[in-house]
Amino acid sequence: MNPTRTVVTEETWRQATARLAAGNATLLGLWGDAPDVHMALIDERSGDMTLLTYVCSNGKYPSVGAKHPAALRLERAIRDLHKLDAEGSPDARPWLDHGTWKGGAPASYQFLPAEGEGLHQIPVGPVHAGIIEPGHFRFTANGEHVVRLEQRLGYVHKGIERLMNGRTLAEGAKLAGRTSGDSTVAYAFAFAQAAEAALKIAAPPRATHLRALMAELERMANHFGDVGAICNDASFTLMHAQTGILRERTLRAAQACFGHRLMMDCIVPGGVARDIAPAGEASVRALLVEARKIFPRLVELYDNTASLQDRTVTTGIVRGDYVRQFGAGGYVGRASGRAFDARRSPGYAPYRDLEFEVPVLDAGDVNARVWIRIREVEQSISLIEQLLDRLPQGETIVPLECDGRDCEGMALVEAFRGDVLVWLRLDGEGRIARCHLRDASWFQWPLLEAAIEDNIVADFPLCNKSFNCSYSGHDL
Amino acid sequence: MRRTLFESLTRGPLTEPPPAPDQAALAELARSVDRAARTRLGRSLSIREVDAGSCNGCELEIHALNNAFYDLERFGLHFVASPRHADVLLVTGPVTSNMREALLRTYTATPDPKWVVAVGACAADGGLFARSYAVTGGVKDVIPVDLHIRGCPPSPTDLLKGLLALLQAASRRG
Repeated sequence: MNPTRTVVTEETWRQATARLAAGNATLLGLWGDAPDVHMALIDERSGDMTLLTYVCSNGKYPSVGAKHPAALRLERAIRDLHKLDAEGSPDARPWLDHGTWKGGAPASYQFLPAEGEGLHQIPVGPVHAGIIEPGHFRFTANGEHVVRLEQRLGYVHKGIERLMNGRTLAEGAKLAGRTSGDSTVAYAFAFAQAAEAALKIAAPPRATHLRALMAELERMANHFGDVGAICNDASFTLMHAQTGILRERTLRAAQACFGHRLMMDCIVPGGVARDIAPAGEASVRALLVEARKIFPRLVELYDNTASLQDRTVTTGIVRGDYVRQFGAGGYVGRASGRAFDARRSPGYAPYRDLEFEVPVLDAGDVNARVWIRIREVEQSISLIEQLLDRLPQGETIVPLECDGRDCEGMALVEAFRGDVLVWLRLDGEGRIARCHLRDASWFQWPLLEAAIEDNIVADFPLCNKSFNCSYSGHDL
Repeated sequence: MRRTLFESLTRGPLTEPPPAPDQAALAELARSVDRAARTRLGRSLSIREVDAGSCNGCELEIHALNNAFYDLERFGLHFVASPRHADVLLVTGPVTSNMREALLRTYTATPDPKWVVAVGACAADGGLFARSYAVTGGVKDVIPVDLHIRGCPPSPTDLLKGLLALLQAASRRG
């Protein structure tokens, strides 16, 4: 896919913002490329994507976030990383910049006020109690009930986008694959597609099938792990132990096929770095047999354990209008009625030739997010079977040829937690001039703040795990 | 639930025999582990994991140590929620500038004697993120490191080998 990028006037920029605010388009991304700011939108009914550029004068552009809150954090990140100001933004605080970089912003940070009789604050993080990524949560509670949660992220900002500048595509693919380790396949997939769109080449059919095989193994491994982890946060450890076995078996099958448990660096621009190992197919088929035997039993266990249901049903509800406004993807969106899946629309190879359903529920609670994941495991099993049955013969990679001109490409790939956007601009030698990576978490993290409201503090781990947003993917 | 539990009883354990401790790790530890500390701790270590900017790949494999196949707790090793309860800090990531202060505070909050294990390619020297404006470039540049477990990410078996070497060094009576 390669939408044409249009340089627009202030008026057209404001019209696009109005379209977003009115719900007639969904924001896919907003990023800096000084002195320009780019905005990507999608019309969800048609799947059409639009890419707009506003050329800043005096380092300023009209704020999108002022009318459309989903853009607020993106604008704060743009200011931190590119020194471009969103004029009229209601939130001028830094976001990724904690004042620790050379020439960074001052370190003091004002949390939003929450005032009232009997309110107290609970600061959590950045170092959390479990084996998880760092971030800060500021809870304001009235007794047991959370009246406000405010997140502060950016602790794992590594400067990935600037590291990309001037790199070759091969180096860029490795960096992209380490944006969020749990989605390394999805990131490498999206990066490769963006590079191929820019160079106007296509990966061979065998490569796209192997990519999808990796992507579905990754999705399944993450869903197995997270379904168990959510139950574990409700102290139901049996489920955690059982799904942990399925996750481990999935990673071992991935190792047998592609030589790496998480399948890092297996997808490269032009195709795949390695073909499936001769013994790989048998190990994946054995995994599917095991998953088909064990997983339904665990689903039944989940569904029939009243003490567990008591914790997940009606907990952490995300409103449908919020997921549509924020364009929240993945199970967060689909559990609240937003039927968006990048594999289906805009769609990409090889999914157009495969049969699968996109499960959607309306309840929007922790339970609904668990059920979306359960249904997606079932779909992934079916997809993997189709991919193995229909795996085409032939080449697994095509050479990258650059015609000496600057070029651009964009891709939207469905990771396990939602759509990943990659936009890439290459110089005449095929080196990266600018690469933007937008994790699904950007549009999910803010909704977690809304989901926890009026829930008890003890249910936060459940809500958080049912979102499982990426810190690294968000912080870049 | 009964069927699942019953099958767990009859199937036999999935837990695999432990790998031999990593020899290179033992050599690195022999230089750093204090004799008095070894005698005081015995064969049990509490581990506090600190993500100092990893991509979360290392965390996934550290998590896997708790699954039925690797079963870390059988060795007397277990993860704790607070640095104040920990003997070992397991640190991942290239130490982002934004996490440097938090890592230092976590280290200070951990009582002596303590060990630091740097996990993954990033924790060793910054890995792919070295030389970024936003990273320090390796755990040893911020706090003293006793052992490096390399890999991107290291597999659970690699992690187990390193931790077993640490356990052996820690429990060898001086």
